[in-house]
Amino acid sequence: MSAEKLKLYQVGTFAVGNRLLDADQRTVQARTERSNTLTSGHRACRGCGEALGARYALDAAMRATQGKLVAANATGCLEVFSTPYPESSWQLPWLHSLFGNAPAVATGIAAALKVKGRTDIRVIGQGGDGGTLDIGFACLSGMFERNDDVLYVCYDNEAYMNTGVQRSSATPPAARTANTKPVGDEPGNVFGQGKSAPLIAMAHEIPYVATATVADLHDLEHKIERAMEFRGARYVHILVPCPLGWGSESSETVGIARLAQETGLFPVFEAEAGEVVAVSQIRRQVPVEEYLVAQRRFAHLFGDPPRTDVIADLQARADRNIRRFGLLQEEAV
Amino acid sequence: MRSQIEGSIAVAKAVALCRPEVISAYPISPQTHIVEALSDLVRTGELAPCEYLMVESEFGAMSAAIGASATGARSYTATASQGLLYMAEALYNASGLGLPIVMTVANRAIGAPINIWNDHSDAMSQRDCGWIQLYAESNQEAVDLHIQAFRLAEELSLPVMVCMDGFVLTHAIEAVELPTQEQVDTFLPPFHPRQVLDPDDPVTIGAMVGPEAFAEVKYLMHAKQMQALDLLPEISGAFSQAFGRSSGGLVRAYRSADAETVVVALGSVLGTIEEVVDELRADGVRIGALGVRCFRPYPLEEIRAALQGAKRVVVLEKAFAVGLGGIVGQNVRLALSDLPIPVYDAVAGLGGRPITRRSLHTLVADVLEERLEPNRLAFLDLNWELVERELQRVSADRRSGPHAENMLRDIGTVAASAHGGPTR
Repeated sequence: MSAEKLKLYQVGTFAVGNRLLDADQRTVQARTERSNTLTSGHRACRGCGEALGARYALDAAMRATQGKLVAANATGCLEVFSTPYPESSWQLPWLHSLFGNAPAVATGIAAALKVKGRTDIRVIGQGGDGGTLDIGFACLSGMFERNDDVLYVCYDNEAYMNTGVQRSSATPPAARTANTKPVGDEPGNVFGQGKSAPLIAMAHEIPYVATATVADLHDLEHKIERAMEFRGARYVHILVPCPLGWGSESSETVGIARLAQETGLFPVFEAEAGEVVAVSQIRRQVPVEEYLVAQRRFAHLFGDPPRTDVIADLQARADRNIRRFGLLQEEAV
Repeated sequence: MRSQIEGSIAVAKAVALCRPEVISAYPISPQTHIVEALSDLVRTGELAPCEYLMVESEFGAMSAAIGASATGARSYTATASQGLLYMAEALYNASGLGLPIVMTVANRAIGAPINIWNDHSDAMSQRDCGWIQLYAESNQEAVDLHIQAFRLAEELSLPVMVCMDGFVLTHAIEAVELPTQEQVDTFLPPFHPRQVLDPDDPVTIGAMVGPEAFAEVKYLMHAKQMQALDLLPEISGAFSQAFGRSSGGLVRAYRSADAETVVVALGSVLGTIEEVVDELRADGVRIGALGVRCFRPYPLEEIRAALQGAKRVVVLEKAFAVGLGGIVGQNVRLALSDLPIPVYDAVAGLGGRPITRRSLHTLVADVLEERLEPNRLAFLDLNWELVERELQRVSADRRSGPHAENMLRDIGTVAASAHGGPTR
């Protein structure tokens, strides 16, 4: 029998594939006993990054809590596609109240569990970037500053996708949305706006803040499991590409999420009590063009003539993230 | 135990006797003393186990109550005025989800102009949000209604607002009989939720419902709320048996059996109205009063039965629908729709203006002597001169400035030229 050639880097990057890992190091998703918390049959679009992110995050959280988990969900795609009456994809106790109140609802759930002596049951709040960064921000900040025992997960697809791709405060500069169209002298979303929810979460000095993408499953699951090791307010911000809103191939959701990280546009890090404790470093920085050109929301930057000035401004943002978070690995010798 | 006590403190103690497990609190006058007192009771351990959440807004307060109630905890909050409006979205959500939250509304006006004093604009603005609405006449009744409200809410799995007049009741110190813990425990069984978030039996609460069943879900909300029309008198009866005094119910008539004129009202103004009824009765006027204790669900049959013998009905209300007129008046007309009984609407007490016996005597005289027309909104004690001056100013000068400042200046409350500008 001839020796089979080992393919170490199965996913085109430096991530090690599951099959090469010891059984106990494999992802929750790769295990037969995964809980399928967000089970099949839901109505998410093909290639939906949010469905992927929620599935990873919740199965990891279920594993970390031995299935003792309750979720409060904000209005948005995740809520709509998962619960078309009379069906539900949720295999955990799940409550949807309103668009802007998921963190406060989660606070109430945690308080009820505490008063009943059931702190073995953990609480997760979740929503999209609009529900989290915009309309739900006051409730989120309140939950953080009170240090309520809630893990809040934001699935960031960088716009209001459920209502038809309108700009949110997580929409990147230059991106086309339904109300930042590529018309006029400054096409797409304006520069100098928007906010970083993870950094604001850190400013509350809550026990744990992390960012992740759907490109690195091990990392995402680790961060959810790590978050569950803490009590108090925790925040995990997951970048989840949206093929519909971003104008990307549905087969490229994971690849685009990886490019977001490898360009430096989306820094992946962990922070404890307001201090960054770990960053996911980039071996080779990818130019932002590679990320941008794969998405029709940036197509107006690649016309004739191309908007090299805008692309350079986006590159500068990526470079700043790399400096700020120390994202670039020292060149391997 | 009977004691001289502030209304807010009495209500806080009554709520504590109901053993709420989660209280969410956000300050707004004139409700704040209630949640302050509850904070003390939780901190000293007198109320335990109980989680007291100091949330970031009234929207957060109701949202936390929603999460807690859905997790099976008896949940309470209190608010007023702008705070009630700020939680409006969550109010509809709580009732739509059928969560038995109890909330005190310390009734207060709604701005602009901002005004902290009592009227019913806040609660009336939310009369159709799916919550049961009870209105207390006195602090004793406010205490009693809270104890009944938890039982009613949890039996029907619907939220209940207990409305009490801000300042007039919340800040009034008067004798109140507070029950013992044993009495309340006997009357109010522990909360057994109809639906609960439980990992051992996971359910999805708050799913999306499209046109195929939305109307049916909403119909059930209505049908369920209407059950309170039967349940509330039962609970009120059980309460009077257990506590030895009568409180609550749907409506309460005062000397109206043979009355030709009946004054209908909600809340603390009934005390003043009853005094005026006594005075007029002494002069031979056949007048009575009808207090509406439960405004939602609307006790149409009881109101009809109580008023059908009258020759005329005067509805005195502390709120009105701008562009239409009386709110309670419209509801009373519905109850009397096929009866030839004229209904007079009088708006009174807006923004805390006192409703005096003298004003009520004038109102009744105006009705009896046909100086007022039925079905036309009348404003009690309106300063017509002040209104006319402002209307003239508006017609003379397009940029005549904000009404509120102009009118305050007219009555000498604001310095004539506050910002150094010309006096208009």
